[in-house]
Amino acid sequence: MTGYILRRLLQFIPVFLGTTFVVFFLAWGMPGDPLAGKCGDRECPDAFVAAATEEFKLDRPLIVRYGYYLADLGRGDLGRSFTGRDVSEQLVAAFPATVRLALLAVLIEVLLGITIGVFAALRPGKTFDTATMMVGLGIIAFPSFVIANLAQLVFGVRLGWFPVTVSDPTSFAELLLPAIVLALAHQVTLSRLTRSAVIETMQSDYIRTARAKGLGEARIVVVHALRNSLIPAVTYVGKDIGGLLAGAVVVEGVFNISGVGGLIVQSIRSHDGITIVGAVTVVVVAYLFINLLVDLSYAVLDPRIRYD
Amino acid sequence: MTDCLQAAPPAGTEPRRPSRSLTGEALAQLGRSPLVWVALVILVILVAMAVAPGLFTNVDPQRCMLLNSRKPPAYGSWFGFDIQGCDVFARTVHGARASLSVALLATLGSSLIGGILGLVAGLKGGVVDAVISRVTDVVLGLPTLLGAIVILATLGSSGSGVLRLALVLSLLGWATEARLMRASVLQTRNADYVDAARAAGASSLRIALRHVLPNSVAPLLVLATLSLGGYVGTEATLSYLGLGLQPPVISWGTAISDAQPYLATAPHMLLFPSLVLTVTVLALVMLGEAVRRAFDPRSR
Repeated sequence: MTGYILRRLLQFIPVFLGTTFVVFFLAWGMPGDPLAGKCGDRECPDAFVAAATEEFKLDRPLIVRYGYYLADLGRGDLGRSFTGRDVSEQLVAAFPATVRLALLAVLIEVLLGITIGVFAALRPGKTFDTATMMVGLGIIAFPSFVIANLAQLVFGVRLGWFPVTVSDPTSFAELLLPAIVLALAHQVTLSRLTRSAVIETMQSDYIRTARAKGLGEARIVVVHALRNSLIPAVTYVGKDIGGLLAGAVVVEGVFNISGVGGLIVQSIRSHDGITIVGAVTVVVVAYLFINLLVDLSYAVLDPRIRYD
Repeated sequence: MTDCLQAAPPAGTEPRRPSRSLTGEALAQLGRSPLVWVALVILVILVAMAVAPGLFTNVDPQRCMLLNSRKPPAYGSWFGFDIQGCDVFARTVHGARASLSVALLATLGSSLIGGILGLVAGLKGGVVDAVISRVTDVVLGLPTLLGAIVILATLGSSGSGVLRLALVLSLLGWATEARLMRASVLQTRNADYVDAARAAGASSLRIALRHVLPNSVAPLLVLATLSLGGYVGTEATLSYLGLGLQPPVISWGTAISDAQPYLATAPHMLLFPSLVLTVTVLALVMLGEAVRRAFDPRSR
């Protein structure tokens, strides 16, 4: 197990290099002149163009610039955006809100998704299963920007139960409504995955054995069946945490949360390559850690899976 | 019924069995379920809508009168009119083709890429698994918006908008499928029947396709049926962000995206395309669930 973890941690190095490389090329490979529109309505003065070209080495080949970027990164310098702000400073400003929103959303998603999934699996095809599926599909059929705007209109503006937008820095209480909006759509897939896994597990021999031993139904479901059925769910939740850390672009926009999603979209729109690379790299590193934890949890949840 | 069963393609390279095969039994079980028939009828109607929208409406979806802007449903125009004064029913019918094509192609593409890579990663383990899984991590971390902008710019205007969008969604969406498939394969690959097949001298390809795949495909199937609806939503979200299908292409996603600002004053513009989308996903999930149950030998 320790060997496996060490090997996985070693893999972080090439993946980190690969990611920064890919994102660097994607970010600077976007069509259009990165300096266009940086000076308002006027054309940029030659002095500005010359200075920016010099600072960001825009006249050099991409691969050379990537080398400079890595060298800066080695000194712990994530670089500076076109507007002159340190990328690290921007990330420090954006991540707290996004992390809070992600934690809250995943918590709600897991509570709803696993509970609904298990209860639906106990009586497949019956009222609860069918009803939750219908409601869930209804939710899926509306894209997130529709649900976010609807929730804001109904619960924020009309009923006044939740604040319409959040303050900066934000609190967990203010993020409750956006988190519920995010969790609603994700819990549908999670509950369906849990449901199908529990149904499959409930038919295995060891469940029959547990029943033959005279164990209570609750114990059979929670201790014996659920644990083995959690693998697809844990995989999906891991992907969700990472996805939410990358920022919920639409929901952040609707509720005016200044988080990572907004930062990335903003820097994509303004061709701010350095900021894009910095933000995305942090997100990918988060993914690497989360997916390592997810992979390790497989062995805990299902003793049939072994890492040597 | 028996005739159709005989006509069913024999799975794999195995010679047709004299008695009823597993596939035959599964198809027979499917045929007995009324839900399956309901789902099939809905899907046939939708496919007909996509192929020949003229069968369902003779209103031209592109002929719009601003005079009718945001008029609620009434006799003769069941679904009302949208912001441009176009008939919402006609646009919903005509939007089926683009929406279903994007969603189907994207689901197929991402499930194929993700399914194959997940299966290989889970079965092979070691270096192969490490490489595939880390590439998956990177793809999961890439922002959809950045990927979509760059891929769309690289593709230029080659192919139709629908194809380009489906390609973008497949290339950015396969990672979840791959992770899910790999997890499921890890759980299956040490089963006794896999050891038994190996001991009996089955090739790795045969073990992968005939023994591991059927027993580990369920989570992927669940995700695929659901993501079909999700992709129409993603198409709408991309349109909302200015990257999706552009007019004059008619799709449910663009309809939903266009209707969103008028949520409070003209909800019918949003409701009807979303309702049709819900029914579509519902039919697919019902069918997917029935197929999964019918082909799962443990549920007999």
